[in-house]
Amino acid sequence: MGYLLLGLVRLLTGSQARWQGCPPKAEQRIYFANHQSHADLVMIWAALPAELRGITRPIAARDYWTRSNFKRWITTEVFNAVYVERERKGDDDPLAPLEQALSAGDSLILFPEGTRGHQEEPAAFKAGLYNLAQRFPNVVLVPAWINNIQRLLPKGEVIPVPVLCSVTFGEPIALRANEDRRSFLDRARSAVVALRDT
Amino acid sequence: MNQFLRSLSATQQVGLLFVLVFGALTACSAVVFAMSLRNERRLGDLDLAARDLVYFRSLLKSTWLIVGVFWLGWSLGRTATIVLFAVVAFFAMREFTTLSPTRRGDHRSLVLAFFVILPVQFWLVAKGYTGLFSVFVPVYVFAALPVVSALAGDPVRFLERNAKLQWGIMVCVYGLSHVPALLLLEFRGWDLTRNAFLLFFLVMTAQIGLVAQYLTTRQLLSKRLLAAPAPGISQSFSWRGWAAGVLVAAILGALFAGITPFKPGQAFAMAGIACATASLGRLVMKALERDRGATAWGKGVRSVTGGTGVLSRVDGLCFAAPVFYHSVRWYFNI
Repeated sequence: MGYLLLGLVRLLTGSQARWQGCPPKAEQRIYFANHQSHADLVMIWAALPAELRGITRPIAARDYWTRSNFKRWITTEVFNAVYVERERKGDDDPLAPLEQALSAGDSLILFPEGTRGHQEEPAAFKAGLYNLAQRFPNVVLVPAWINNIQRLLPKGEVIPVPVLCSVTFGEPIALRANEDRRSFLDRARSAVVALRDT
Repeated sequence: MNQFLRSLSATQQVGLLFVLVFGALTACSAVVFAMSLRNERRLGDLDLAARDLVYFRSLLKSTWLIVGVFWLGWSLGRTATIVLFAVVAFFAMREFTTLSPTRRGDHRSLVLAFFVILPVQFWLVAKGYTGLFSVFVPVYVFAALPVVSALAGDPVRFLERNAKLQWGIMVCVYGLSHVPALLLLEFRGWDLTRNAFLLFFLVMTAQIGLVAQYLTTRQLLSKRLLAAPAPGISQSFSWRGWAAGVLVAAILGALFAGITPFKPGQAFAMAGIACATASLGRLVMKALERDRGATAWGKGVRSVTGGTGVLSRVDGLCFAAPVFYHSVRWYFNI
């Protein structure tokens, strides 16, 4: 099934990865990217080399990706995704499952906008990335720009259209000493946006 | 030449062509390789010759690809050839869509283009519905596609978006579907299974004509004998080079008339037509690429990669095939 999906994604998008700021390397990483479509998750997964695909887990919104049996099955069995709650319930830390995965040594794929954007520019990043960067200073933070994916499958459509898409991976960023939350998140966001024009 | 070729059996002809074509291609590649070695020595000197080499290499690459695809198709049979060209059309169309900006309202039309129109067109070719397949895109699709777009309810740049889509389908799907369609043309007193030679004839004369045109223009340009008429679009197009290319293709066509149902005079004209349209079609596609800021389809686009550059390999053929096909049909009254 995984290979079938991979073949399908390659056929539809070409799924080209451009490693611009760093090589594909088996170190613990958090890839953070712009979010325009549900296909983003599939796209970035398909763009990773097979060796990294096994140790990299995408973050999936629990309310959407567990809605049907198929979605639940594909996120758990194929992507090995980490589910997060988009709505904060009670006192639970929404980052807890992510921390668990990072402690176990997995790499993560994160969409810090939290929800799919409709504009060309990505929305402001949410605090999750900052918190994770603070708690796991050894994890390498790799920005990524996913291009053209909104044309593949716009919101509300079912059948994807073949267009060439690419994922550009940029130079890793790190949390500076005494850097506050807002400026770090803005820096992370501009690192992602900067990859658009390269 | 004509008599000699005709006297050979189909298998002998295939064997002879294989040696000729792949031999010539290998020789060309070897020469280009040797030239690239020589150029290596004066690196940084991006003169006309160095840029030419890059272009010549890409042309050679597309020739290899087309000849390879043809040969694969020939050895696998008719259905395989049709499927093969359908796949090529799919990739070409994918590149075309990537480079023509569409809006969300176009989504359904694009789905229709890729997953309905393309398969139906090639299915019509495979079934041999000659009349229907040659009007399916220009008549039925032309009428149906804007309806789907209109129903999406987005009036912004409606005509422009639709025109792009229609154009893409016309070039990538309709144009390319005429290549395998040659396999189903029924000439009087001609064995249908030998139609693969017709396909080969078209591809070979058009490609060699393009190479000849390129070499002539290059010679003329380097001696500063002429200026390119459309330098904003192509540095390597000139009318004199074009005429030379067409002439070379036509002569070559006449020489190889023995493998086709044509008489040498007819082959001369048909090969000339094929090369003339292929060359002008390439020029048109170049204009499009330039507009989109791409130097070659799928490659060199700054924001989008992953293209295998299929479209720039077959763009000449997209134009030459329908014109060639319909000229042949008209002239031989098939």
